[in-house]
Amino acid sequence: MVQKAVEEKERVVVRFAGDSGDGMQLTGDRFTNATAMLGNDLATLPDFPAEIRAPAGTLAGVSAFQIHFASRDILTPGDRPNVLVAMNPAALKSNIASLEKGGTLIVNEDAFIKRNLEKAGYAENPLEDDSLDAYQVFRVPMTSITVRATEGLEVTKKDAERSKNMFALGLVSWMYGRPTDVTIRWIEQKFAKKPEIREANLAAFKAGYNFGETTELFAHSYEVKPFQAKPGTYRNISGATALAWGLVAASVKSGLPLFYASYPITPASELLHELSRRKNFGVRTLQAEDEIAAAGAALGAAFGGSLGVTGTSGPGMDLKSETVGLAVTLELPMIVVDVQRAGPSTGMPTKTEASDLLTAMFGRHGESPIPIVASSTPGNCFDTALEAARIAVKYRTPVILLSDTFLANSSEPWLIPDANSLPQVEPKFATGPNDDRGFMPYKRDENLARPWALPGTPGLEHRVGGLEKEDVTGNISYEADNHERMTHLRAAKVAKIADDIPSLQVDHEEGAELLVLGWGSTYGTITAAVRRVRAEGKKVASAHLHHLNPWPKNTGDVVRSYPKVLIPEMNTGQLLKLIRAEFLVEAEGFNKVQGQPIFAEELANDILRRLG
Amino acid sequence: MNEAGNGQEQGDGRQGRPLTLTKKDFTSDQEVRWCPGCGDYAILAAVQGFMPELGLPTHQTVFVSGIGCSGRFTYYMDTYGVHGIHGRAPAIATGLATSRRDLSVWVITGDGDALSIGGNHLIHCLRRNVNLKILMFNNQIYGLTKGQYSPTSEEGKVTKSTPFGSLDHPFNPVALALGAEASFVARTIDNDRHHLTEVLRAAAQHRGAAFIEIYQNCNVFNDGAFDALRDKQHGAQQNQIRLEHGQPVVFDDGRRCVRVGENGRLEIAEAASTPQEQIVVHDAHQDDPTLAFQLAHISTGPTQPTCIGVFRDTARPVYGEAMEAQIEQATDRLGAGDLGNLLHSGDTWQVK
Repeated sequence: MVQKAVEEKERVVVRFAGDSGDGMQLTGDRFTNATAMLGNDLATLPDFPAEIRAPAGTLAGVSAFQIHFASRDILTPGDRPNVLVAMNPAALKSNIASLEKGGTLIVNEDAFIKRNLEKAGYAENPLEDDSLDAYQVFRVPMTSITVRATEGLEVTKKDAERSKNMFALGLVSWMYGRPTDVTIRWIEQKFAKKPEIREANLAAFKAGYNFGETTELFAHSYEVKPFQAKPGTYRNISGATALAWGLVAASVKSGLPLFYASYPITPASELLHELSRRKNFGVRTLQAEDEIAAAGAALGAAFGGSLGVTGTSGPGMDLKSETVGLAVTLELPMIVVDVQRAGPSTGMPTKTEASDLLTAMFGRHGESPIPIVASSTPGNCFDTALEAARIAVKYRTPVILLSDTFLANSSEPWLIPDANSLPQVEPKFATGPNDDRGFMPYKRDENLARPWALPGTPGLEHRVGGLEKEDVTGNISYEADNHERMTHLRAAKVAKIADDIPSLQVDHEEGAELLVLGWGSTYGTITAAVRRVRAEGKKVASAHLHHLNPWPKNTGDVVRSYPKVLIPEMNTGQLLKLIRAEFLVEAEGFNKVQGQPIFAEELANDILRRLG
Repeated sequence: MNEAGNGQEQGDGRQGRPLTLTKKDFTSDQEVRWCPGCGDYAILAAVQGFMPELGLPTHQTVFVSGIGCSGRFTYYMDTYGVHGIHGRAPAIATGLATSRRDLSVWVITGDGDALSIGGNHLIHCLRRNVNLKILMFNNQIYGLTKGQYSPTSEEGKVTKSTPFGSLDHPFNPVALALGAEASFVARTIDNDRHHLTEVLRAAAQHRGAAFIEIYQNCNVFNDGAFDALRDKQHGAQQNQIRLEHGQPVVFDDGRRCVRVGENGRLEIAEAASTPQEQIVVHDAHQDDPTLAFQLAHISTGPTQPTCIGVFRDTARPVYGEAMEAQIEQATDRLGAGDLGNLLHSGDTWQVK
């Protein structure tokens, strides 16, 4: 065997694309795991249709998974892939535009038959004309080699063909020197109970790997060396898992049993799935009859002393809003997780967007202020879940935690925190009367929070409800001054949280006149874009909000201290509206609503244009 | 945590001392503000009078209500309470009762609250068999919003929102609850304190969800809707078919009975001319809900001879208990959750 040359690369973006039934998400996920184990920094972007099985071979059925990995720290799943693996013509057609010019295109040649070409809308076979001349095209008969590799195994032809995603995984694993043992171990465990499927997948994976190594087709492979990250123990984690674990951590650290109620909805269902597996942490999960019931049950559990959480996406937020308003009046801890997706209405359920900020801020009738926390990276979902719980419990208030489809599905290496050193959350339940007159359920503490008196506590019997409460006593009140006082008290309580959150950190550069201000999952894009701009010798500053209500106390000072403020968002300008209204600055937006994250390149170009 | 709400004698939390509470202990200091003459007063008095019998301290008891006149009930009980939002009391109570098995949780609702805006929550908490005692005050009208027809109003009913008569076919709440797989279903009447208390007692002893429809007179917007069953002058004595488990279904002072007619349908007949073996014997404990369903349909509304009492009282796993059992099993199998282990589970790697 000829030893092939190895070329070192700093960073690579690979995109696996195929039919929904081709197992591209799984392939990407496995490649990610091997990459993580190798120690590269990485970021991923799953991209799949809402239809579980759209007609095979059609453009509507294309499912893709992008991974960006590097020997340095990276912040986004990458704008343009360097390598595109296309399992069929439809996957090629819908992804080729994103491949960098001169990039590597690996196609499953076997799938480029007349029927598939027609389904993808190709009049001619693109492998046969000059339309792909800008790329390095590798035609690999993946299906037929896979079938040959599995000959002699007791698998049906269909099952053998289905293993072709493992062939693709093996091939790309060879190209980038990924360790094979991680994947082999996984296949062995995954199909332990189906030995023939296990063998077929192993054979396909090894065939793909060996194909790269032995054929003349590929002249060399690449090496992406491990990233020298902060010392510690790492794991790969998705935003969905991190958020769920953050809630479990909040339960452990507060001693409050976690009660998670949810109605199935993409992309929030992952939270329900993950938490329902954690019963040995005392986690109660309720798959409710609807979104409203899920919110109601979480609130009812909170009244009883649980950490009540409900999770959903945009459409569910609409339905929960009345119950969340009730939680505002009841002044009970509750967490509402909104894993945002493209709207309005059903919108694009599997595509990302961050367009629920104004809903979170204002989406209830009446004056009903609610603290809002937003996650910035997959790993950060863990921290923000803990933070949402801390605020909810300490201030006896519902808290909205904003994540999004991109964060939920995307993954990154995560420095595992020390469970013991995570901060405790003190529920401080009421234990006895708090007033000469007895127990006053709306008498507030120094944080303006009211007592949390659990049923079962003798002597603290009290009634709460959605009707306006008299200050201190909690009795029903229609009194004019009282309503105004209570309205202001509820607002003041939320505003006061600003004393208790970190100030807005600015990545400032001396002489910078433009501040890029972000929130949510744009963190990686903004940071990468700022890095590119600086590499061009231009000056720019950036800051990222994790608390959106209330703002960090210095937010006004920060935005006013730059002549220009640019707010990139995956919406049409929601934070922009709030910042302009709140601080009277002439901020401008960079907005994208394509169901895809903003690319670092396009943002960097916009910043450069503004800097002139 | 101990069981609650099943009527067994409990201490007040101070070591075995029997609890001797009175109606007064369950009466809050809030002024009751229903319209004078409202049926709700009688129900409130009956519930407050009954609660001490349960032997549960006031702090172990929670009332959860929705919106409507009935919703105010919560404020009048000196227990823990949540006055929720329209229709959602069963959902709120589900979260509470499944996370706190030690509490006795009661839901107060009305026909609009439970059957219209909250219909979904009602049927689902019944099928799950959440340990809730649900008292649905049925006055066949929207009272708090001043007189629109409700999901139990009769067809043709003229109200503010139906000046030409309602086109809606009404729900039969008992039949609905039975259809939702409720394990306990009963019907009673606001002004019959004795019967109401008996039904409350049976519901309290039931493990799981208990649904009680209470015919409740709204003397302002729908006065007399239940006269045929609650007013002696209108023949209440003759029209009430009082169901008792194991007893033949006879009423009207023994003059009439319910028997199995042709085609297997139940019908009302003269008792004197009906052979004993043809008279239906009520069986609330059978798993098959058919008899209860037929009894629920013996009348088309409360203007005719109508069954009251416990239609169905059967045993089924209780939701919160099953949830807790899963937690215990998972803990036995996997060990008590350890956060550090969870965070380090699966593939990890070291960076030095």
